Amino acid sequence: MGEIWEFILAPVLIFESWQFGMEVVISGLLAGVMYSLVALGFVLIYKASGMFNFAQGVLVLFAALNLAGFIGLGIPIPLAILLTIGIMILFAVVVEYLILRHLVNQEQIILFMATIGLAFFLSAFGETIWGSDVKKLDVGIPQGRFEPFGIQIQYLELTAGAVAAALVTGLAIFFNKTKIGRALRAVADDHQAALSVGINLRTIWIIVWAVSGIVALVAGTMWGAKSGVQFSLSEIALKALPVLILGGFESIPGAIIGGLIIGLGEKLAEVGWGPYVGGAIEDWFAYILAMVFLVFRPQGLFGEKIIERV
Amino acid sequence: MFYREAGQFYTSYAKDQGIFQLKQDKFGLWGILFIAFVVVPVGLYLMVQGGLMAASTKDYLYNSIFLLLLVNSMAALGLNILTGYCGQISLGTAAFMGVGAFTAYKFSTGLNYRIQKEDEAGELISQLVPMLPPIDNPILLVLIAGLVTAVVGVIFGLPSLRIKGFYLAVATLAAQFFLVWCFSRVEWLYDYVSSSTIQIPPLKLFGLVVTGSETVMRDGQEVTIYPAAETKYLICLSLVVFFAFVAKNMVRGRIGRAWMAIRDMDIAAQLIGIRPLATKLLAFAVSSFFCGMAGAMSLIFYLGALEGAEAFNINESFAVLFMVIIGGLGSITGSFLGAAFITLIPIFLVVSLPWLGGQFGIPVDAAMVEHIQFMIFGALIIIFLIMEPLGLARLWQIGKERLRQWPFPY
Repeated sequence: MGEIWEFILAPVLIFESWQFGMEVVISGLLAGVMYSLVALGFVLIYKASGMFNFAQGVLVLFAALNLAGFIGLGIPIPLAILLTIGIMILFAVVVEYLILRHLVNQEQIILFMATIGLAFFLSAFGETIWGSDVKKLDVGIPQGRFEPFGIQIQYLELTAGAVAAALVTGLAIFFNKTKIGRALRAVADDHQAALSVGINLRTIWIIVWAVSGIVALVAGTMWGAKSGVQFSLSEIALKALPVLILGGFESIPGAIIGGLIIGLGEKLAEVGWGPYVGGAIEDWFAYILAMVFLVFRPQGLFGEKIIERV
Repeated sequence: MFYREAGQFYTSYAKDQGIFQLKQDKFGLWGILFIAFVVVPVGLYLMVQGGLMAASTKDYLYNSIFLLLLVNSMAALGLNILTGYCGQISLGTAAFMGVGAFTAYKFSTGLNYRIQKEDEAGELISQLVPMLPPIDNPILLVLIAGLVTAVVGVIFGLPSLRIKGFYLAVATLAAQFFLVWCFSRVEWLYDYVSSSTIQIPPLKLFGLVVTGSETVMRDGQEVTIYPAAETKYLICLSLVVFFAFVAKNMVRGRIGRAWMAIRDMDIAAQLIGIRPLATKLLAFAVSSFFCGMAGAMSLIFYLGALEGAEAFNINESFAVLFMVIIGGLGSITGSFLGAAFITLIPIFLVVSLPWLGGQFGIPVDAAMVEHIQFMIFGALIIIFLIMEPLGLARLWQIGKERLRQWPFPY
């Protein structure tokens, strides 16, 4: 019996050494912040166009590739960031022009599959231009760590947390206080009503894709600074999907809290149960958690709409 | 001119319900089957005998193209049943194929499990003990693999009762990542070898060597017999053709109509008395059955040995999804067209791109070819979804309609 309890409680037992436990918690939460940053982009596009953008993960990779590429060419960092933002905006225009406007009124599942195609195209396109080797991305985030109360914390993790907080605040102001933000919310509520009061849907789509491209750039910069820019970035970014399921598709706070739960949960599970079953359970833990969660609460923690029961 | 229904009457109900109602279609199908079963093997054999083709070219054609094509067709059939007919999107196809492959492996080696005990010297020795006699019939293995995968598919299909659309897609991603993790971490699955590679043991069918090799005494000499590529090809082809007919008849009967009703409007389907629970789970079961068979075929006939985490990764799932989208959602013909398209394009690019690059003085390496291939696939998916959401199958159908009226459009 004792052994079974030891196994079940393994994620809790790591707190026997509370410093180690806290380190796991902090690194989990900060991985969660990274997931949240990716998930934010999903939520923005989903709210504005009802499109489930599978390519968001690749958008993160693409943004990071561009930034790392420009810096690699010797362009000063602020200019490189501006250039990348320019590319993301250009990308939004192109996507609207070539894809979105042709898929109006299609079923959601068709839109979803189109974004899978976009994801494939974009990742290969980025790597064709910038090469597929692992790139270092150094935008001046301080390296190293400090140790309050004997807990090791990376500066990078702190920076990521601060950036995420700033980004969410910025987005909240953008959505609530600006005219464009109001238009975005109107579109999210009801496409037809928004059209009838004179909001241009196409402009809105471009804006929303551009904004989520910039969010992707922020996420990509953080991930890239942490583990280098490489193809696996897009696979890590797939973890934003379970985050969304947990948090609800339409909710920005949901994306943040869902990300924290997933990040924390998978770190604790990995450290606690990993050794018993051969490790690497981080690969699937988030998905299984989301799947179980779906069965009990399909709309997520903060989702507004009740998903059609079938 | 030649392709029209004038003068063909249905004089019995059976005729009225035939799959191919036009004589020309029927001839066409028999012609294709004749080419696949007789002309290709005999023709290639004669070409090799006549010195027109090297024996290695023939083996390359069979082992690298035809077999892959057949395996992919089977997988595309499976996914098309689920996504095209029943409307449930799945991103876990490769994982289900993997389940099939590992099932085939375990049954072909007799479901070994390991016991560890101490010998006299006190050293720990481990021993593999079979639970069942090993099965050496490849067709039986493929069928068992299908059945086991069907069970696994139903388990991962359970969330579809509560959710649909891309929510379900995420749930199937869970299957993908979890199962692939199992393929490299659950030692029992690959008989505890450290490389987590599985290799199919020698199998025979009707006395013919299918995998591995066999040494026999002939004229007082030891002769090693290697499996003929034709054998594998014909077995695979028979399996695919047989199950394509099964699928075709399933989707045009009561079951298939129930699937399509659920796909088109689930509430209306419920109102006319279709039980969504049973219907969806059946779709998951049948689809996984096909995918499992495809995986087992891939292990037994195509690859021979494989590493689960690598052979069945998520890109493979996407590839099968692309076959279904490009070929045509909700079309059996489309599954074949899509599989052919997605299988042949990379082979074509690998050959043509370096040549093309050479013409313009641009060096093209393997990574470049792969990137270009991904870009083409991605772009094609978008183009097809915009221009022709029903894929190549629809184009084929339009072509036939046109042909019917040609050359007198009245």
